[in-house]
Amino acid sequence: MAARSIDATERTRQSLYRRRAVTNAVSVTLACVAALFGLAFLAWILYTLLRNGLPGLSLHLFTQDQPPPNEAGGGLRHAFLGSFAMCGMAILIGTPVGIAAGTWLAEYGDRSKLGTAVRFVNDILMSAPSIVLGLFVYALYVMQTGGRFSAVAGAIALGFIVLPVVVRTTDEMLRLVPSQMREAALSLGIPQWKVIVQVLYRSALPGIVTGVMLALARISGETAPLIFTAFGNEFFSSDITGPMSAVPLVMYKFAGSPYENWQHLAWAGALVVTLFVLLISLVARTVLLRKKISHD
Amino acid sequence: MSATILTPALPASRDVRDARNDRIFRWLLAATAMFVLFALAGAALSMLWGGRSVLQQEGLHFFTSTAWDPVQDKYGALVPIYGTLVTAIIAMVIAIPVSFGIAFFLTEVAPRQLRTPIGVAIELLAGIPSIIYGMWGFFVLMPVMANHVIPWLGDHLGTWPVIGALFQGPPIGAGMLTAGFVLSIMVVPFISSVMRDVFLTVPTRLKESAYALGATRWEVNWNIVLPYTRSAVIGGIFLGLGRALGETMAVAFVIGNSVVFTKSLLEPSTTIAALIANDFGEATEQYRSALLLLGFVLFIVTFVVLAIARLMLARLDRREGR
Repeated sequence: MAARSIDATERTRQSLYRRRAVTNAVSVTLACVAALFGLAFLAWILYTLLRNGLPGLSLHLFTQDQPPPNEAGGGLRHAFLGSFAMCGMAILIGTPVGIAAGTWLAEYGDRSKLGTAVRFVNDILMSAPSIVLGLFVYALYVMQTGGRFSAVAGAIALGFIVLPVVVRTTDEMLRLVPSQMREAALSLGIPQWKVIVQVLYRSALPGIVTGVMLALARISGETAPLIFTAFGNEFFSSDITGPMSAVPLVMYKFAGSPYENWQHLAWAGALVVTLFVLLISLVARTVLLRKKISHD
Repeated sequence: MSATILTPALPASRDVRDARNDRIFRWLLAATAMFVLFALAGAALSMLWGGRSVLQQEGLHFFTSTAWDPVQDKYGALVPIYGTLVTAIIAMVIAIPVSFGIAFFLTEVAPRQLRTPIGVAIELLAGIPSIIYGMWGFFVLMPVMANHVIPWLGDHLGTWPVIGALFQGPPIGAGMLTAGFVLSIMVVPFISSVMRDVFLTVPTRLKESAYALGATRWEVNWNIVLPYTRSAVIGGIFLGLGRALGETMAVAFVIGNSVVFTKSLLEPSTTIAALIANDFGEATEQYRSALLLLGFVLFIVTFVVLAIARLMLARLDRREGR
C-alpha cells in the first residue's frame, strides 16, 4: 500500500518534470524558429536587392538622367543630386535646432516639468509617421507659398525627422558627461554658455555626430514626406526653390511602372540607398564606441 | 590715474556682459526646446485647418460612411480607417510572438558569441528604408501570395462558417493580408530590439536565483523576466503598433489601393497612409482637404498609441531609478 503511494507520487513528479522539460524544449525551439524567421527575411530581402540591383550598377547610374520608357541606358543623376541636396539641407536645418533643444533639455530643463514634457513630445515626434510630417509641411509651407512644390519644402519635412533624433542623442550624450567637468569649469569663473560650448560639446561630440549620422541614415530612404513637398521632377534641376527629384521618389514611381528599364533603375537605386544606409548605421555604431543610446 | 579707475571697473563690466550672454544663450536654447514642444501641436492643428472644409461638409459622416468618391465630392473614410486598423492588427498578431521569441532567443537561448551578431543583424533590418520592404513585397511576396498562399487559404479557411468570408476572393495577391504580413516583417526588428533591451535590464541576481532553484530557461523568461518588464514590453509593442499604423511606402505597394469596402482580407483595400500617398499628387483642392483631414485622424490615432507606449516604457525607467 505504502509502496504504491510512493510510486504514485514518484510518477506524478516524473510527469511534472517531463512536462516542464517538454515546455522548455518546445519554447526554446520556437525561439530559435523565430530568430531564423527574422534572419531569413533579412537574407531574402537583401538577396532580392542584390540580384535585381547589381546588374544596374554602373557609372551611368550617376552620370545620366532619367531615360524614356523602354529605352536602354540612362541613370538617376537628377535623383541623386536631389537626394543629396535635400538631405544636406535637412541636416543643416535639423542639426543646430536639435543640438540647441537637446542642450536645453540636458543642462537647463533636466528635471523640470517642462523638460519632461519636451522629452515626451520629442519621443513621440521621433516615432510619428513620416507621412504626417510631410502633410504638416505641405499645410504649413507649400500651401502658404502658393502651392509651389520645392526642394526647400522637402528639406524642411526631412528636417523634422532629423530634429527629434538629434535632440535625443544630444540630450543623452550631455547627461553622460560627468558633472565634475561642469563644476570644474564653472569654478574657474567661466560663464555657463562657454562651459557648454567649449567643454561639454567637446566631450559629447562623438555621440552627437553619431546622432546626426543616424538621422541621415533615416532620411536618405524616406519617401512619404517628399511626395507632397519636393514632389519629384523628371528632369535634371538644381533649382532648390522648384520641384526636385529624390532617389526614393523615383523608386516609388519606377517600381510601380510597367516598363522594364525603369524597374531595373528602381532596383539599382534601391540597392545604392540601402547600402548607403547600412554603411552609415555600421559606421555610427563604431563611432559610438559602445556608448549606450536607445534609438527606438 | 585713469588706469586705476578703469581696472576695477573692467571685471564688473565683464560680469555684466557674461551674465547677459548667459541669459541670451539660455533663452535661445529654451526657444528651440519650445519649438520642439509646439511642432507636434502645430502639425496636428495645421492638418485640421487644412481639412476644415471637408469636415464642415461631411461632419461626423466622414468617419462612418464608406462612400469615398472624389468625383462626386463625397468623402467617407471608413474604408481606409478600417484598412489601417486591420492591417495593423494582422501585423501585430504575427509580430508579437515572433519578436518575443527573438528577444527570448537573444537573451537566454543563443550561445553568447552569437548574441551580438544576430542582434546587430536584426537591428539592421530595422534600418532598411520602408520603400525597400514595399518593393520586395510587390515583386517577390505578392506572386507567392497569389500563386500559393491565397488559393490554399481559399480552399481551407474560405469554407469555414464565420471567418470564411475573410478568406474568400480572387488570387490577386494585393490585399490587407499581404500588407499586414509585410508590415509584420517591418515591425519585428523594432519590437524585438526594444524587448531585448528591456529584458537585459532584469537584474542578473533575480535570474540566477531562479536558475539555482532549478527553473528552466522558459520558466525564467516567463515567470521572472516577463513580469519584471511587463509594462516596458507592452510599451515596445505599442511602439511597433504606432509604426504599423502610420507606415506608408511598404503598404502602398501591396495593398491594392481600392476604396471599395470588402470583408475579405485577400481583396485590394487601402489604408489612410497609402491612400494619401497614392492620391495626393493628382488631387483637386477639396480632395486634398479630405486627405489632410485623414492625415489628422492618423496623427491622432498614432499619437494616442505612441503616448501609451512612452508612458509604459517610462515606468520601467522609473523603477530603475533613472
